[in-house]
Amino acid sequence: MTRRPLIRYTLRTASLAAFLGLWQLLTSLKVDLWLRFSQFPTVTDVARAFAGRLSGDDYWTDLTDSLTRILSGFALAAVLGVATGVLVARSRLAEDLLGPVLEVIRPIPAIALVPVAILLFPSNEQGIVFITCTAAYFPVLVSTRHAVRALTPVWEEAVRTMGGGRLRILGSVVLPGALPGIFGGLSVGIGVSWICVISAEMISGQYGVGYRTWQDYTVVNYPGVFVGMVTIGVLGWVTSTAVELLGRRLTRWLPRTSYVPGGRARAARPAVAPVRGGRDSEQHAQPEQQGHQDTEEARDEHLV
Amino acid sequence: MSTSSETVTSPVTTPAPGSARGTRLTFRSAVLGRPDAPVLSGVDLEVAPGEILTVVGPSGCGKSTLLRTLAGLLPPLGGTAEADGAALTGPSADRALVFQEDALLPWRTLRGNVELPLAISGVPRGERRARAESWLERVGLSAQAGQLPHRVSGGQRQRAQLARALADSPRAVLMDEPFGALDVQTRSGMQDLLVEVLRGTGATVVFVTHDVDEALFLGDRVALLGSGRVAAVRDVPGPRDRGAVDAPARVALRRDILTSPGS
Repeated sequence: MTRRPLIRYTLRTASLAAFLGLWQLLTSLKVDLWLRFSQFPTVTDVARAFAGRLSGDDYWTDLTDSLTRILSGFALAAVLGVATGVLVARSRLAEDLLGPVLEVIRPIPAIALVPVAILLFPSNEQGIVFITCTAAYFPVLVSTRHAVRALTPVWEEAVRTMGGGRLRILGSVVLPGALPGIFGGLSVGIGVSWICVISAEMISGQYGVGYRTWQDYTVVNYPGVFVGMVTIGVLGWVTSTAVELLGRRLTRWLPRTSYVPGGRARAARPAVAPVRGGRDSEQHAQPEQQGHQDTEEARDEHLV
Repeated sequence: MSTSSETVTSPVTTPAPGSARGTRLTFRSAVLGRPDAPVLSGVDLEVAPGEILTVVGPSGCGKSTLLRTLAGLLPPLGGTAEADGAALTGPSADRALVFQEDALLPWRTLRGNVELPLAISGVPRGERRARAESWLERVGLSAQAGQLPHRVSGGQRQRAQLARALADSPRAVLMDEPFGALDVQTRSGMQDLLVEVLRGTGATVVFVTHDVDEALFLGDRVALLGSGRVAAVRDVPGPRDRGAVDAPARVALRRDILTSPGS
């Protein structure tokens, strides 16, 4: 039953190490076949540049600026996306009024909205947050809409026959029931947000990882460019992992496909049991199932 | 909802003590179904307070439609559907519905599900929990109270649905083939449990099933649906106990139902 997490961690570390090793090998030997690695900075060049950056103030300002932009844009997109998604899915009027506008704006790449942002917002900062927000908004909206429409109708009917009104249905059925789908959208959204925040910073930022990376490029500081890329990669990975973990925590109730309910344990019990006995054996089975589920979840949460 | 007290005694059954709590449910020349697909017409039916009416009939005959109309989920297309003489205007906590399919909210524990109707009617948190626990105990689920629905068996889920339906002391309980998906042994255990937990609640019960034996065991009366109408309503003779199944009057009624036109 155990998946030997140690081995899996080792494999993951080895994969990263192999990638870095190959990079170092190709660049330090200045391999120049069809792909040209002669101008490419080596891993040690990048590491040295990284160490230099870490000791300066600018790096941390860039980091916090980018993080502030993406977090405010993403949070705004999450709230707006879920709200409009629910609205459009639950109300025909809202669908008719908002649907066409949203569908026309949706295909426009968020980064193409830079002119709009410049026209609309007094400061660059707000413009960047706007672009980041727009980028994450649509994946959240679309997945929320689908998740709400796919809700099992009987859940809502059950709450209605308990005397629950619209607000109660929203809070007790629609939002929790749509949460798995909503988090699908949030995971996509945080990824798209990074793409757009970096691009927007490259175009119009003051400070920020994207801005710094572009600055380094214009002064032909390639190790600096790679420091920027590594920073973006790590930040993106950390934030999407955070979204993923939060999603798993909030949707723990989902039955997991990898989980076979007491398969082996059941075979070990007599197949036919009298009514009372049947109930007893079910009760006995619970702790075992609990155990399985726990290891399953523990495994899932350690390795993302 | 009207809460006018019940002074009229049932014409068909002697109501159990405390039955004044139950709702009188009435159909008058009602046409039932979705607007594009009416399935029952000319429905005249009265369910007395505290009575258990079972409804049988083949698939698609309108059993569920009848029940959903009583629940207030479906307005009648013609005629009236009333509770205590007042036309139904929508769902109400007074009339609890138990579904055939799994209608527990999968993200709430069994206790959380049973607490839900209490939360909706504004019972304070502590009392809510105590009442939910006591209902779970009555249906034999104390040990599973903290479990999520998908972690317990189908029979246990239906028991939790029953506890959830009864938790807020509804005046009528509407049950749509609640044991339809259960195996025979679990099913008869559930029938006994149902009779036991209903005792003393005084609630009016409408119980839909496709199983004639279940209908005869649980019902004070049996309504037989077929050919788009209520084909017959019959008193069930004898006491409610499994021994009475072989009583000649029961056997005759069973044969009548099974051979009646429309079924």
